[in-house]
Amino acid sequence: MHNQDQQLIFEQSTPGRIGYSLPEMDVPETDLNGLLPEGYLREEEPALPEVSELDIMRHYTSLSKRNHGLDSGFYPLGSCTMKYNPKINENVARYNGFAHIHPLQDESSVQGALELMYDLQQHLKEITGMDEVTLQPAAGAHGEWTGLMLIRAFHEANGDVLRTKVIIPDSAHGTNPASASVAGLDTVTVKSNENGLVDLEDLRRVVGDDTAALMLTNPNTLGLFEEHIIEIAEIVHGAGGKVYYDGANLNAVLSKARPGDMGFDVVHLNLHKTFTGPHGGGGPGSGPVGVKADLIPFLPKPVVSKQGDEYVLDYDRPQSIGRVKPFYGNFGINVRAYTYIRSMGPDGLKAVTENAVLNANYMMRRLAEYYDLPFDRHCKHEFVLSGKRQKKLGVRTLDIAKRLLDFGYHPPTIYFPLNVEECIMIEPTETESKETLDSFIDAMIQIAKEAEENPEIVQEAPHTTVVSRLDETTAARKPILRYQA
Amino acid sequence: MKHRYLPMTEQDKKDMLETIGVEAVDELFGDIPEKVRFKGDYQIKPAKSETALMKELYKLASRNADLKENVSFLGAGVYDHYIPVIVDHVISRSEFYTAYTPYQPEISQGELQAIFEFQTMICELTGMEVANSSMYDGGTALAEAAMLSAGHTRRKTIVISSAVHPEYRDVLKTYAKGQYLEVVEIPVKNGITDVDVLKEMVNKDVAAVIVQYPNFFGRIEPLKELEEIIHEHKAMFVVSSNPLSLGVLTPPGKFGADIVVGDAQVLGIPSAFGGPHCGYFAVTSKLMRKVPGRLVGQTTDEEGRRGFVLTLQAREQHIRRDKATSNICSNQALNALAASVAMTALGKNGVREMAAANIQKANYAKNAFKQVGIEVVYDGHLFNEFVIKLNKPVKEINQMLLQKGIIGGYDLGRDYPDLANHMLVAVTEQRTKEEIDTFVKELGDIHA
Repeated sequence: MHNQDQQLIFEQSTPGRIGYSLPEMDVPETDLNGLLPEGYLREEEPALPEVSELDIMRHYTSLSKRNHGLDSGFYPLGSCTMKYNPKINENVARYNGFAHIHPLQDESSVQGALELMYDLQQHLKEITGMDEVTLQPAAGAHGEWTGLMLIRAFHEANGDVLRTKVIIPDSAHGTNPASASVAGLDTVTVKSNENGLVDLEDLRRVVGDDTAALMLTNPNTLGLFEEHIIEIAEIVHGAGGKVYYDGANLNAVLSKARPGDMGFDVVHLNLHKTFTGPHGGGGPGSGPVGVKADLIPFLPKPVVSKQGDEYVLDYDRPQSIGRVKPFYGNFGINVRAYTYIRSMGPDGLKAVTENAVLNANYMMRRLAEYYDLPFDRHCKHEFVLSGKRQKKLGVRTLDIAKRLLDFGYHPPTIYFPLNVEECIMIEPTETESKETLDSFIDAMIQIAKEAEENPEIVQEAPHTTVVSRLDETTAARKPILRYQA
Repeated sequence: MKHRYLPMTEQDKKDMLETIGVEAVDELFGDIPEKVRFKGDYQIKPAKSETALMKELYKLASRNADLKENVSFLGAGVYDHYIPVIVDHVISRSEFYTAYTPYQPEISQGELQAIFEFQTMICELTGMEVANSSMYDGGTALAEAAMLSAGHTRRKTIVISSAVHPEYRDVLKTYAKGQYLEVVEIPVKNGITDVDVLKEMVNKDVAAVIVQYPNFFGRIEPLKELEEIIHEHKAMFVVSSNPLSLGVLTPPGKFGADIVVGDAQVLGIPSAFGGPHCGYFAVTSKLMRKVPGRLVGQTTDEEGRRGFVLTLQAREQHIRRDKATSNICSNQALNALAASVAMTALGKNGVREMAAANIQKANYAKNAFKQVGIEVVYDGHLFNEFVIKLNKPVKEINQMLLQKGIIGGYDLGRDYPDLANHMLVAVTEQRTKEEIDTFVKELGDIHA
């Protein structure tokens, strides 16, 4: 062990210490040997730590200090919509009537929960312009797969069993093709044109009677609105395919354009992005899916619906694709999203998008002088820069990202999308002030200057973090995936 | 518009528009075709102040019968367990809950180390060599185990016991359809997977056999016997297991399981109407490079200090795209953290003591039912659930019980037509003798 190593909890364990207080054992006890089949009583104890309650709090507090959250500082991670996570959401989600109810209780005893889900569905329908919404998918990728399964079921119900191809732009997130694959569909790539948008000619070339769907993010992963969205939808619909909206970038178009009006048939949303989830260090998320009327029969069951004044879980869905998750989705995250939407209202949501887009364009304009701007037009909620100019000086985008750590920032998304060299993808969100943006811009400008004058300081960054760059190659070659005493 | 989450002032806006070189914000949306531009306002409820909204939602929450006000004997995959108070204090630290996936390890060591510790604890409980950073839940983890098995064995049939959670089986069937896999269910005999039928069903086309341990009826499946049959045909042995029960039960790893999955809701995570919970996924080391989801590995930095990174990413969607082992990205990191804190608080002794308390209290309740003349079906060794046979529909009985502040057990007739009027009763360490006695008496009175 290095003397600056952060101890693992296992290394702090001392036999005889405890950190729990179990309910009293107030029933007569019997020898466990008699209560279990022979050979099924555990002999070797699991090596869990033995520590006191204060030890545990100190351990995790010290870990938390080694972690950068949104509350720690600016987090312009492109495509992830790292906006403020309102604290009211956390309080509401912890109300006993939301946090401590069982999914299999009688429906009559959970009317409040069902009403919230129903009303959230209504709100999301209006926001997306779709006809029905399911809250069952647990995350964005899960929503993508669910949406594609719905599209597959739709085609199969029409006897269209040969529609097995999903068209995906070359700028798409890797999840899109992976979701298609899990849904049993093959991927076809459509090229982007020189403006960073879907190449219509190439799209016309790849669509056909084997097209199940086109998956599209709009604005796309470059932060650019697909101006020809109407033609795109027409081309795909004309070939008999469906158009799928990846809602990762919905923060860019709230109250400005609805996927349902753009011609999309299926939408998934990332409630942990646009609707303040929060991200939790990598989940739990929530990935509701909205559909147009012709896909409603295929929605996962049960569907939350309203009959008279009663809210019910409707299982009588003969054409449903089935369940995609036990129970009804990540309810706790849905409560947070609902609280957020109700905190903002229609005016608030409109301002969210306007401010997010204004912030992104402002940053883009100010940084354009110092970094290459591959697509010089108004962006939406995010934009991409290229570190090409710095690369020539021996400073890679990765180095720039690591140098930003020294300024207390979480770096932007880097090397994505794949079709931009040395890509730097910045999404400021609407909850950041101009002062914060200006400080970050200043840091970026300073780094650009350092790349010219003193590249080592960037190449060797970070200099101020609790660990320096980590050896990822050895981690993958000789994996150590658990602690062993 | 002024809002506490939106810091932009009119002056800011003016300055920023000037820098951009446009007159109005609307110009930035000029690329949205007129035809699809949304005009007007969303027809949704108007914004409410913090106080008013909290009041409204508190009232809405109060319309639900919660497990704090009522005494619950409902389990069936989601349980009312002891949650150490510190769990919520740890996961409320916003350095954890407002962070994204730890892509930048230098400023994410806290989260990465916490996941590394979670992986270790899951390995310890399950007796497996490798565990990932979490899955959405036990049901999707089970489906992913089936897909991994099919890919690894290049076989297309998944055999699953009908004593596996019905909703998990439903999820599996949806995923199986996506992957063109066939799912075959094995019947139950006296509450346990029918071993004779299993013997007939396992052959060289079977990718995996999936059982639950303890099973949906609370019974202990004979993993030793099952393992021999399954591996004789080189199928994968997949066990869906309640991780708390492994505080006292011999872990599936000891019986030669290839993949162990399940839900860590029982370790520090509230029921929350079914989610978010926390799936886990553990395998033998030979399957390490096929695991879905994120894995954290230990390494060193340039100065030789220990550190942690996301590793073996060549398996994952952002690198492999359509060839990835799974499409999962976000998982349940914060809930894995909650489970870690709970496992840490319980420790070596607490997890055994808590698991044992479940067995003791459930057996006490089971015997008490027998004493009031209620039949226990599938009677035998159990963890914390058992089945009783009643003379009225369970739904009706549960509505009567709720009047007395009791949330009754699960209506098995919903999934098993021959088990109409049968209730699956869960008794955890949380239930006091008095609560159990009252429940038995009330049910005895209704049943009489």
